[in-house]
Amino acid sequence: MQTIISVSNLSKTYASGFQALKGINLDIRHGEIFALLGPNGAGKTTLISTICGIVNPTEGQILVGGHDIVRDYRAARSMIGLVPQELTTDAFETVWATVSFSRGLFGKPPNPDHIEKVLRDLSLWNKKDNKIITLSGGMKRRLLIAKALSHEPQILFLDEPTAGVDVNLRREMWELVRALRATGVTVILTTHYIEEAEEMADRVGVISKGEIMLVEDKAELMRKLGRKQLTLQLEHALAHIPAGLAAYHLDLSADGCELTYTYDSQGERASMVALLGDLDDAGIAFKDLHTTQSSLEDIFVSLVRDGQ
Amino acid sequence: MNIHAIRAIYAFEMARTRRTLLQSIVSPVLSTSLYFVVFGAAIGSRIPEIGGISYGAFIVPGLVMLSLLTQSISNASFGIYFPKFSGTIYELLSAPVSYVEVVVSYVGAAATKSIILGLIILATAGLFVPLQIVHPFWMLLFLVLTAVTFSLLGFIIGIWADNFEKLQLVPLLIITPLTFLGGSFYSIDMLPPFWQTVTLFNPVVYLISGFRWSFYGIADVSVGLSLAMTTAFLAVSLAVVAWIFKTGYRLKN
Repeated sequence: MQTIISVSNLSKTYASGFQALKGINLDIRHGEIFALLGPNGAGKTTLISTICGIVNPTEGQILVGGHDIVRDYRAARSMIGLVPQELTTDAFETVWATVSFSRGLFGKPPNPDHIEKVLRDLSLWNKKDNKIITLSGGMKRRLLIAKALSHEPQILFLDEPTAGVDVNLRREMWELVRALRATGVTVILTTHYIEEAEEMADRVGVISKGEIMLVEDKAELMRKLGRKQLTLQLEHALAHIPAGLAAYHLDLSADGCELTYTYDSQGERASMVALLGDLDDAGIAFKDLHTTQSSLEDIFVSLVRDGQ
Repeated sequence: MNIHAIRAIYAFEMARTRRTLLQSIVSPVLSTSLYFVVFGAAIGSRIPEIGGISYGAFIVPGLVMLSLLTQSISNASFGIYFPKFSGTIYELLSAPVSYVEVVVSYVGAAATKSIILGLIILATAGLFVPLQIVHPFWMLLFLVLTAVTFSLLGFIIGIWADNFEKLQLVPLLIITPLTFLGGSFYSIDMLPPFWQTVTLFNPVVYLISGFRWSFYGIADVSVGLSLAMTTAFLAVSLAVVAWIFKTGYRLKN
């Protein structure tokens, strides 16, 4: 898989002495959706801002499409569209003017057809002549995305794209991001909505206190760290767990009607089969069963807690 | 050269001017007209001619300069301060534009605006007093040089300022006194000798003197010196702007 962004040994210490990034190494693959997860203040925005040229790196190197972001900033930045976290807009400009402005700023000749397409894709077309100040929060968020897409970037950074966005709009935005990836755009998003990373990302990076704690395929991560639980609804209440089943470390609910078995999802499925067999042998009958899998959120919380 | 970016920023700034036409054009024209009524017509009629020029006509170049300086500074400082204040500067910083392109477009737009304003004020002045321009080419040259230099200064102030108060502070506390004491309303040789010497440290003196020379052929200091000093201020401002962008001062962390 081709690497489109390569961050090596990146550190950032602010003038205040606060070290926001500590020796970050990260490769983003061409055409993927990469989710950068981390608690508030972990360094997500600093990392993105540094790649985009808004923050000067203290140490280390960043290549975007093979171009050094300092030496060859024109080529590197032309490839990138950035949607910032804050809804910062020129209140008195019209939608059309501000999106056209962004395209020019990134060195592209005017192309009304492209601007129209972007605005239509983001359901902003009928607002094109409105002043930005008249737009709702969700529309402003979409407007910022339109500005970022105005110059046909190959890489799109979305910093907390769905913060303060309602459920419908969030779904629409996910659709949009998928559609973008289908056209070959690489998407890097930061979020603390784990649901979002779980829903969208191909790979997940977790950052905490300025350090990358892990980078993994999402599916692989879920498989590796995900825990599964098997819950059995018993026909008859049990007073205690039979001694023969002690090896499974089962939990019995207070009323004795529910048995819970926790196991690693990568652990042998055989153990579950064995448990069911042993239950049968012990004469314990069940009327229902279900399994649950830990979410990325659980994984994330445990990772960040372990890191502290 | 990212021509599209220069064009985009320039057009954006000029659109802002059009949106705020009333405060951009009407208010300076109104205040200058008031100066003409008070100093030109009311008081000026009691003041003898200076160097063969009626007092009303004598103050025209100074008044144009006064507006040119204050407008250049306020246009340029606001133009770059506001994106910093609202946060939209992120886009400029992340765009593939060089520092030269940023300065050319912001300062170019601010200077354009104040040159247009200067010409409008000049035309307004023509309604009150008879105007003569002996050296039109030099008049335009001083107009452009001054507008560019002080737009650069405004740009520097806009980057330096981290609140609205500071944005007003420099124009109010430094530029306005310098302009009033720079010979807008009088000829330097009307001052006592000591103050004449002090005045020579005021950069605005050279601007106004050179500008007035282009109108009436009379000057407080030689035209060559005026031109040299104006160019020197331009060079200093350019050097400061270059340093700002090199270090990212107040722009980047």
